[in-house]
Amino acid sequence: MTEDMSRYPLRLEGDDVPMVRFQNVTKRYGPLVVLDQLDLDVSPGEMVTIIGPSGSGKTTVLRMLMTLETINGGVIYVDGEPLTHVERNGQLVPANSKHVRRIRTKIGMCFQHFNLFPHMTALGNCMEGPVQVLGLSRREAEERSLELLDMVGMAEKRDEHPSRLSGGQQQRVAIARALAMRPKVMLFDEVTSALDPEVISEVTNVIRHLVGAHHLTMLMVTHQMGFAKEISDRVCFFYNGAIEEQGTPTKLFENPERERTKQFLNAVLDAN
Amino acid sequence: MTYIEFLQVHGGRMADGTVLTVVQFLLATVVAVAVAVLFGLMRLSRNPAIRGAATVYVEIFRGTSLLIQLFWIFFVLPIFGLNLDKFVAGFLAVGLNMGAYGAELVRGAILSVPTGQWEAAVALNMTSRKRMWRVILPQAFVIMLPPWGNLVIEILKGTALVALISVTDLMFEIRQINISTFMSVQAFGTALIVYYVLARFFVTPVMRALEHFMSRRIGRA
Ligand SMILES: Nc1ncnc2c1ncn2[C@@H]1O[C@H](COP(=O)(O)OP(=O)(O)OP(=O)(O)O)[C@@H](O)[C@H]1O
Ligand SMILES: [Mg+2]
Repeated sequence: MTEDMSRYPLRLEGDDVPMVRFQNVTKRYGPLVVLDQLDLDVSPGEMVTIIGPSGSGKTTVLRMLMTLETINGGVIYVDGEPLTHVERNGQLVPANSKHVRRIRTKIGMCFQHFNLFPHMTALGNCMEGPVQVLGLSRREAEERSLELLDMVGMAEKRDEHPSRLSGGQQQRVAIARALAMRPKVMLFDEVTSALDPEVISEVTNVIRHLVGAHHLTMLMVTHQMGFAKEISDRVCFFYNGAIEEQGTPTKLFENPERERTKQFLNAVLDAN
Repeated sequence: MTYIEFLQVHGGRMADGTVLTVVQFLLATVVAVAVAVLFGLMRLSRNPAIRGAATVYVEIFRGTSLLIQLFWIFFVLPIFGLNLDKFVAGFLAVGLNMGAYGAELVRGAILSVPTGQWEAAVALNMTSRKRMWRVILPQAFVIMLPPWGNLVIEILKGTALVALISVTDLMFEIRQINISTFMSVQAFGTALIVYYVLARFFVTPVMRALEHFMSRRIGRA
């Protein structure tokens, strides 16, 4: 079970350190191997989209990076530093929660079902992290939050509780809430899957805006192939817990090499 | 002697007793809430020793009768050097006992907050303490208010037992009146009415109002 950790660098250094690196990462649920020795690099500012059939491990990739799941093997590096490991006697060992929290400040996540705090207003949701975690004054946090709510077109609804907002509105608030923490990496897990078709563009427009205006690194799981093709720098096709094929959107969608990629894309396009 | 005359003669004592019952009830409720939150959280601890201690507490206080616990606290603890005033022993016993039931309500409510809420709090990088106090407990509070409504009524009814260690609450006064007058129907009839009125027209409306207020704060109403 114990892995030889000497093969993993203590930190990543050099000119082109990736913002996120999965090195040899394995995830198991009991006997079920969900991710098998995954290697994946994401460059600073890059928008990487993950597509693939249900159960192929897409969500698990994001959840491991958000530390919502433990990993069973390998190392994840964020901004050059190991996420859940620290160095001791020249080797990587599991880190304590203090280290994890320090690295985790660089990561933000939006969920399929928004997960806004129901007992706080839209503004309260956005201010919660900056005030309680970053220690900003209420005034600073409010300023920052209002700016972001304005960016996602939700400034007018600042005093509403989530139960009085539509799905599209809730998701936009959730994006503002995550951005208020000023993460370097944003994770989007099927953020439009729970939305009615007519409001999907409310949310995709916000993400489009982020691609243009911020130096954010983004990892997005989506079933919307058109959107993935339009905004990604790179698309990864997951199959059975591994990357079956990856490349630029043009290459992957128009010239897929692997049989499984072709089958998947045909099936998805048929369904639409 | 008519019932009116009965009330004229004994009403003062019964009113005094009622005041004491209400005070015992309020203090027992405070103890029960504190115990419930403490042991409810301990039941969810990752540390097996803490979890085990809470489980033992809940098992003992739910598994034996309130009357026996009351007698233990008042008659047995002094043998081990812990002397409690009967007034304190009274509400303490009721509070400790009902708190054990409350702990299960706290635990259940915390577990029924959707996991997405925990995950969102992690994604905001909150400490586990902030997660609990800022995100989970406020929502758990709303979830557990309706069952607490029942438990609080049980606390009120449970305080009647403190008469048995001579706390001069309503039940104590009623028994004294019964012994000296033999007017059992009037005496215990009045007790019945006072306890019912307290429960039905004071406790229940307060709990309802609290439920309403909290669900409005969470934006549900
Ligand atoms: N908590 C868990 N316990 C056991 N198995 C799990 C758990 N979470 C996920 N799995 C399994 O891990 C595999 C990958 O799940 P994951 O959620 O990453 O898939 P996905 O690619 O996101 O699928 P979808 O498109 O349906 O969201 C699935 O086979 C799933 O059943
Ligand atoms: Mg998924």
